Amino acid sequence: MRILAYADRLSARPGEAVEIKVSCDGLARYEAELVRIIRGDINPEGPGYREDAVDMDLGGPFAGRFQPIHTGSYGIVEDNAAFRDLSTFTAFAAIWPTMPREGPQTILARRDPMTGAGFELFLNDAGALEFSVAAGTADVSSVSTDEPLLAQRWYLVAASLSAEDGRVTVMQHRLAPHSLPAAAATVTREGRASTVPTEVAAPLTVAARPAPDRPAERHFNGRLERPSLYTSVLSLDGMVARLDAGSGNAGDDDLVAAWDFLIGISTDRMADVSPRHLDGALINLPTRGVTGRHGGTDAFCWQQTPERYAAVHFHDDDLHDAGWDTDFAFEIPNGLRSGLYAVRLHADEDEFYVPLAVLPPRDGPRAAAAFLLPTASYMAYANNRIALDVPEAEIVIGRLLEHKAHDLFMQEHPELGLCFYDVHNDGSGVYYSSRLRPVVDMQPKIIGAMGGTGSNLWQFNADTHILGWLEHCGEPFDVITDEDLHREGLSLIENYRVVLTGSHPEYHSAAMLDALEAFVHQGGRLMYLGGNGFYWRISFHPALPGVIECRKSEDGIRAFAPLPGEFFASFTGEYTGLWRRNGRPPNRLVGVGMVSQGFDVSAPYRRTQASRNPRAAFVFEGVDDEIIGDFGLSGGGAAGLELDAVDHTLGTPEHALILASSERHTDVYLMTPEDMLDPVPGLGGTEADIIRSDMVFFETPGGGAVFSTGSIAWAGSMAWNGYDNHVAAITANVLRRFLAPEPFRFPGATAE
Amino acid sequence: MNRYRITEADKVYAAEFKRNLDAGNWFHSPGLQRVLNAMRGGPWAGKYVLVVDEPFKRWRLGQMPGKRGDPIEIVPGHRFHSLNEAEWEVFKLRWQQHTGEPLSL
Repeated sequence: MRILAYADRLSARPGEAVEIKVSCDGLARYEAELVRIIRGDINPEGPGYREDAVDMDLGGPFAGRFQPIHTGSYGIVEDNAAFRDLSTFTAFAAIWPTMPREGPQTILARRDPMTGAGFELFLNDAGALEFSVAAGTADVSSVSTDEPLLAQRWYLVAASLSAEDGRVTVMQHRLAPHSLPAAAATVTREGRASTVPTEVAAPLTVAARPAPDRPAERHFNGRLERPSLYTSVLSLDGMVARLDAGSGNAGDDDLVAAWDFLIGISTDRMADVSPRHLDGALINLPTRGVTGRHGGTDAFCWQQTPERYAAVHFHDDDLHDAGWDTDFAFEIPNGLRSGLYAVRLHADEDEFYVPLAVLPPRDGPRAAAAFLLPTASYMAYANNRIALDVPEAEIVIGRLLEHKAHDLFMQEHPELGLCFYDVHNDGSGVYYSSRLRPVVDMQPKIIGAMGGTGSNLWQFNADTHILGWLEHCGEPFDVITDEDLHREGLSLIENYRVVLTGSHPEYHSAAMLDALEAFVHQGGRLMYLGGNGFYWRISFHPALPGVIECRKSEDGIRAFAPLPGEFFASFTGEYTGLWRRNGRPPNRLVGVGMVSQGFDVSAPYRRTQASRNPRAAFVFEGVDDEIIGDFGLSGGGAAGLELDAVDHTLGTPEHALILASSERHTDVYLMTPEDMLDPVPGLGGTEADIIRSDMVFFETPGGGAVFSTGSIAWAGSMAWNGYDNHVAAITANVLRRFLAPEPFRFPGATAE
Repeated sequence: MNRYRITEADKVYAAEFKRNLDAGNWFHSPGLQRVLNAMRGGPWAGKYVLVVDEPFKRWRLGQMPGKRGDPIEIVPGHRFHSLNEAEWEVFKLRWQQHTGEPLSL
């Protein structure tokens, strides 16, 4: 993949500008065009790939250039006169290293990357604390404790320099609890500095140091609390007292700066409590709202006990915004129909698609149906490494993993960044995911890993099975995105008659869910054409566009468990995790909720007696078959990959009609952890009755209705045989009735 | 990690796997599923994967590195024109890895 790119946004309205940021590896020039994505599946057995070129000149050809991605979080404070006066000083912080022997890692530095002049407190290759002072690269004085720090233990780490005699002291002190009395609680070493570098023009950095050829290097992995600078040589007791005093020692005469991470947890700023307010910026979104040296037992919410959350967790693989320069920008022309588009960049055999949803004009006209492109879920899965990092992936897909060009590329380029399905290099969970980077698996033509036998599509490209069907139906539709719904709420959708979901709309913010609930309650019609929807609660950052947070608290199917006390989003303070654990199970909105997953083959549904109810007659008009969806491009059946079923205890409306259910899945399918209270044998797809997809329909009091398939694989069956099949026919029946203005009659309501 | 030790006694499941592949049957007996779980889990380093040469048509055999950033290595001499062919070949390779003996049915 020699072209990578991303846009500053995933959706735009006519008249709005879109910026495209491109990096080329060894390509002098490239072309760009806008295309409308009709069908993204390249499976020869599928409906056929189709994109339609838009007659619009984006400029170009463009000159190709390489733009790097620099991962790794750190803090940076601009150079200040207060730093230049540091001749006698103490620098200290509390740290909880996670990879102490994995290369040098800076804790606190003020160092000119070109000359090497300055100071740096860091963990060296051996994992021991070291302090170096230099006037230049040829004049370096270093002192180390020579005692490796243990991973995941809290230490006070410090260094002091006395200008009077050049004495350097470096110290690491194990902070309570001291569970190992045999281990040295405190290690102190002394040395001499041949020079005291005061004439250094450099920012102060935390958890990395400035580098000559990139923004920063020697990234620290682990938690770090209260980095501080004082103009005196402090004793251990003096430092511990200042650490414990928090902001209470802000008036100390010898205080230069102390950054208190419990301030501004929702932000990317680091606040200095000194009167100078030498505030800094945290780059690449290190994790905040994490427990510090006092946290983890009786602290569970950073908003209630912020003093327990005074740490920031830095990672060498954090990435917020690749920060590329814009290569070209264009305005969405008036009159361009709403839809899913992409900017196709290409040169020689290489190409890259940057997806873009074009919304209708804010004041219309608009279609009666809107496809809600699940961009929050795309972000949650962005560049996911499940097929590269999770050894059990082959078991759950039931066959060999197939690595395509983009997998090989991702394997060799971890700088593309992580998502909610990954862990950081130090094994800690990923809480944040951003779209401000190239997302190689959010393109048409991409083959996934968990899409079942056949086309094996996932998320973005799987959703083109639905978009292709909409095109096939000929019913006008608009495309809107999760991010628009989060930002604009009900006003985005209230004038539509029907909203259709994607195949796997798994992640929703409270604002998104509020809007969808209000929509169906006031007469809107919702077609949930997927599985494992409305599962996780996410938080959009209130100030930084394009980034979401999810902490998978309590349970659910997840790549890791957050540490105790870290179930609340740092962006907003919301209790993230399953919507079910937030008192809003998906069953309430769409009648069904996640019960199982497996990624080998899918199964058909069998119609129920309830499907003969006159209320549902429109669904099966022209369809006589008992067995529904015994074919498809996603596992060979319509019920598969991730399955949702009815559960009245979780809020499925009592009048919901279960129209059809799948009956038997392979034993690769297992129950979800949230339903598996007591693990006993018999939890697989051939035995557990709960493992099934239920197709449901119900009316809402405002004249609206909901139709749910409860299966990711449904879309793959719609696309079977060129959309000429009974799964597509059932879906079209529902769409056409849902588009009709006649209100649905809520059962039990008085007839007018 | 999976603690199940594949032995000669599991040959019956090797034969079942071949039959299931040929018949397109994804519903395996508990005994075969146990063998497959042992073969398909385990650490990344050296794990067999398919590398797609041409989507839906041609594959080669690859082995995963143990570390992010390292390339996936191609195993010479293994080219496949169907997924079933690849499954059976890798099953036999893994059988030898687990039992120390080539699979003979």
